[in-house]
Amino acid sequence: MRLTPKRHEVPESTWRAGGARALLPRLVMPLMVPLLTAGCGDADQYPMSTLNPHSDFAEIIHSLYVSIFWWTMLILAVVWVLVAVVVVRFRRKSDDEQPKQIRGHLGLEIGWTVGPALIVVAITIPTIQAVFETQRPVADDALLVEVTGHQFWWEFHYPEQGVTTANELRLPVDRPVSLRLESNDVIHSFWVPLLGGKRDVNPEPAVREGREPGANWLHFTPQETGVYRGQCAEFCGDSHALMAMRVVVDDESGFDGWIERWHASAGAAVPDPVNGEDGSAGDGEVQVTAAENGAPSPVASSTQVPTEEDPQVTVGRELFLNSTCTACHGIQGTPAQGAIAPNLTLFGERATVGAGTLENNEENVVRWIMHPQLIKPGVLMPGVDTPGGNWPATGFSEDEVRAIAAYLLSLK
Amino acid sequence: MSSVGTDTPAVQHTSHEEDTGLWSWITTVDHKRIAIMYFATATAFFFVGGMEALLIRIQLMNPEQSIISPELYNQLFTMHGTTMIFLVAMPMAVAFFNYVVPLQIGARDVAFPRLNALSYWIFLFGGVYMTLPILFGVAPNAAWTGYATLTLPQFNPGVNVDFWFIGLSIVGIASLAGGVNFITTIINMRAPGMKMMRMPLFTWMTFVTSFLLITAIPVIAVAMVFLGFDRVFATTFFNPDMGGDPVLWQHLFWIFGHPEVYILILPAFGVISDVIPTFSKKPLFGYPIVVYAGVLIGFIGWGVWSHHMFTVGLGPIADSFFVAATMIIAIPTGVKIFNWIATMWGGSIQFTTAMLFAVGLVVIFTVGGLSGIMHASAPVDLQQHDTYFVVAHFHYVIVGGAMMGLWSGLYYWFPKVSGRFLSETLGKWHFWTTMIGLNLTFFPMHFSGLFGMPRRIFTYSADLNVDIYNQLSTVGAFIFGLSALIMTWNIIRSWRGGEPASANPWGAPHLEWSIPSPPHHYNFPAIPTIRSREPLWNASEREEVLAATMQELDEEPVMPNPSYWPVLLAAAITLAWALVMTGIWWVILLGTLPVLLCVFKWAFEPPFPEGH
Amino acid sequence: MPLDTIETNGRNDMAQAAAAVDDHGHTVTGISNWKVGFWTFIASECLFFGTLISTYMVFKGNAVTGPYPADIFDVLHTTVSTTVLLFSSLAMVLALYAVQRANKKVAIFWLLVVIGMGATFLWMEGTSYLKYIDYGLTLTSSTFGSSYFVLTGTHKLHVIIGMVWMSALIWMIARDRIPPAKAETVEIAGLYWHFVDIIWIVIFTLVYLIQ
Repeated sequence: MRLTPKRHEVPESTWRAGGARALLPRLVMPLMVPLLTAGCGDADQYPMSTLNPHSDFAEIIHSLYVSIFWWTMLILAVVWVLVAVVVVRFRRKSDDEQPKQIRGHLGLEIGWTVGPALIVVAITIPTIQAVFETQRPVADDALLVEVTGHQFWWEFHYPEQGVTTANELRLPVDRPVSLRLESNDVIHSFWVPLLGGKRDVNPEPAVREGREPGANWLHFTPQETGVYRGQCAEFCGDSHALMAMRVVVDDESGFDGWIERWHASAGAAVPDPVNGEDGSAGDGEVQVTAAENGAPSPVASSTQVPTEEDPQVTVGRELFLNSTCTACHGIQGTPAQGAIAPNLTLFGERATVGAGTLENNEENVVRWIMHPQLIKPGVLMPGVDTPGGNWPATGFSEDEVRAIAAYLLSLK
Repeated sequence: MSSVGTDTPAVQHTSHEEDTGLWSWITTVDHKRIAIMYFATATAFFFVGGMEALLIRIQLMNPEQSIISPELYNQLFTMHGTTMIFLVAMPMAVAFFNYVVPLQIGARDVAFPRLNALSYWIFLFGGVYMTLPILFGVAPNAAWTGYATLTLPQFNPGVNVDFWFIGLSIVGIASLAGGVNFITTIINMRAPGMKMMRMPLFTWMTFVTSFLLITAIPVIAVAMVFLGFDRVFATTFFNPDMGGDPVLWQHLFWIFGHPEVYILILPAFGVISDVIPTFSKKPLFGYPIVVYAGVLIGFIGWGVWSHHMFTVGLGPIADSFFVAATMIIAIPTGVKIFNWIATMWGGSIQFTTAMLFAVGLVVIFTVGGLSGIMHASAPVDLQQHDTYFVVAHFHYVIVGGAMMGLWSGLYYWFPKVSGRFLSETLGKWHFWTTMIGLNLTFFPMHFSGLFGMPRRIFTYSADLNVDIYNQLSTVGAFIFGLSALIMTWNIIRSWRGGEPASANPWGAPHLEWSIPSPPHHYNFPAIPTIRSREPLWNASEREEVLAATMQELDEEPVMPNPSYWPVLLAAAITLAWALVMTGIWWVILLGTLPVLLCVFKWAFEPPFPEGH
Repeated sequence: MPLDTIETNGRNDMAQAAAAVDDHGHTVTGISNWKVGFWTFIASECLFFGTLISTYMVFKGNAVTGPYPADIFDVLHTTVSTTVLLFSSLAMVLALYAVQRANKKVAIFWLLVVIGMGATFLWMEGTSYLKYIDYGLTLTSSTFGSSYFVLTGTHKLHVIIGMVWMSALIWMIARDRIPPAKAETVEIAGLYWHFVDIIWIVIFTLVYLIQ
């Protein structure tokens, strides 16, 4: 199950960026982790470290954490030193000792009330500043992404780009991002530590007609390209532990290219009567009508028609598009418009399958399609001989599954 | 005490020597026996919760292991939390309330002895009811916080969550009755001269804790009612499709849950506020300040619940308010710590095991308190919430705080209970294995949390690179388990074979040490009059007190009758609640009949022998 | 500077000491354990109802579909039932007064009035329930329905428990088990009944009057 995220430069620069402030983390790390003095900030070594900020949001939190850390260390030192002194100095030497009976001292009481109170104020003020700083309104130029939590995977919808994808969030570097978080079932929590704190993904209460439904938001600006690991942080059921995600932060052209490739997806090889920009996909799932903002499907058909194709892929495509798979999964540019399960457009580009559970290769995709529940208990997808959710077993043979896997991996 | 219907023939008050048979334990209303039963039961549950913890640690020792299925794992961690909080830490504190408070204030029993017995039996039955399902793989599985919507039937169709909300409702009744009982006892049954500001700190903290119990339990009770209705009658409280709000659950749960934290920790603070002066030969430094700090913690504890909910998205204004309130509560806690240190300062400290645990609390709890300050800062909490960092934090608070305090109390009061010392040698082994075990288990969790390991996961990716910390934790957990075995062995061995203890073996100042060890079943031959906070440290007062408390009586004082209605009523209440699982309204209604019957029988049973 | 200012002489306490021994009725406050305990219980009940009421206040406006509070509540009808319940408290006071005077028959009469008024209240509220259900408001119809019925239902459960309690008192009084010296038994039941009334006034104000 070991994932191999793409390597990227260790952001040594992040630490230097803060000038005088940057001295602190350098001191903190060795102290916090005596065993691991080297490489604590290494995103490859600790892909989910909370001490390695790669966005403005994470940076605010981290500098706050560092200052609080030192305040608490100060208090800890005072208490421990006092206890040590007491334990050494005032050990009973003889049973006849009769210490002076002191019942209190007003000055001392005031001192150790006011002292900590001042420290508390010193912590609270920057904390409240940071609270407001990190919960600001959506920036004008922000990239909007609607994040939907499902048991046990993530759906990402880009309303302005008309793109829907799953478990792998793609973001451009240095552009503010605003995530709108909502759950489809139970409470999840969106957390990519290197890019900032977590925010719960709640199932929002239905509201009376004419009222605005609520939602949670998360705002940040990724500052480094790279691949960041994230994971659901609110217990959400059987396979909560296997609800991971990856965030791919790319430069702007890379991100735009991905959006274009998405619209021009391989499905275009097949005539495509259903791919309706008119929103005719009729299965009632509101939150994932892909391409609702007039995405350029004509461009798609003109760019990416595969010239020659592995026959297995052809078989797999036929199998997939004529099976119940399409009731839940959608693939851009094909009749498959299901919106219940992860959208599989550009599936071949993803690094993992099963929301970060397995590396995305043929063997694992086959395993997944054969027996998803063995890999991820509680998952709603049916296996070849086990039903899942409300769906009967698919009944595919292993060869058929291999063909489907080949087809899915060809989606690039 | 007003008793109704004393014109009916009273049960004969039997012998002056206490019965020791099983039946006498089942029907006992003696606070001391009830305390012993509380302690024994809580220790048994401690082993249940401990086994669950060890299984969790085995599964997490290495990344991507599959020794335990996710379904079972989720039940294990849910029940570990539920057990340790509701069936171990709380009742163990109640065991000490029961034994010590009446003795400290100079009372012969609590205000409502039969209600006290009822509390115990309800706790026992409710605890067993919640614990057994794990053996059949149908235990509660939605975490000890039971967040909706995961607890709703559409996402949790089995009986698992039913066991949880019903079990907790049953146990809640016990806590509520206990709270009423101890408030009344402390307000009304103090010895002459025992003014509020002369009470030992343990009694004070019991008082504050009892207020927290009677105010916090109703809130969780309502939450459980809502959850029960949602599950059984398909109401809409937490169902977002119908406009219900899962976040409401979180508010209700934490409005209860945060005072609950202080319900766990304040008794421990009380214990060590009695232990430290005794073994330092110095009165508690700043007594009124320590009392007020405890009361203040109890009050402010009501206004900080949303610091458990910083990630929920309540908005910056609410977040800021709860940040400030939470930070403020750190101040009285710090004041207590400094007062304990000042008590020891200049003292003549004897490091008995009880004192070691008390000092251990000061040292270890501080770590938990300070990591608490870190995630009291809302933005920092956004990174630390629901990670192993938080797991480390609350284990430092609950194990390093609440449990260390209670173990200190165990070594301190055991001679009073049994008339014999616990072995100091084994005690030191217990202390040091506890220190090593708990630090080795929970300190590495700070790192696994900071490096991104979420809590409540049955496995973790090898990529996270937190293997070493988890391995250390697992080793530590087994050492910690060993320490519990040593403690239990020490108790069993010393109960009959320990060194005999005198009435006041530690030279302690409070009233419970003025009577023989173990005490008479009526506690005090005559109720002494109190003139100071340390009656036994004041030579002239000690003479007067001992003259009252150590005298031989020709005729023993009249004590309440034993009664089997508490155990029967507890069984009836447990049964009535269990029938809620059927979801059939008339079965549920029928289930209340035995309860009514027992209540009536109870009400008309004379609590005291005829003529009193 | 010593903080300890509370040390005082204990001489006055000495006299109490002798009295305390072997006296189960003696308490520090002079108020019986039963009464202190019961007040504590009522404090707890306040939190219980407080939570229910808060939930209702949050939820009443959140109903996704109707009926909404303004559509169905008949304030006049509820005012009448509230008045009935209020006056039952007066009857309760009179019953206690009669018990203290050892006036058995009058005591039983007023307790019967309490039960009768409680029953009237339940009957009137029951008819409202049926009407609301007709309008489509049920336990499961909306958050408003759920929180309304659970809140008022819990209150009605308290009324029923009170009525059972009063019946038991009548039975005891009839068998001469509550002499004036034991009037506290009735007083505590009265405490409960007044509490149930007061809670209803809060509910009436917050649920029916302030919509």
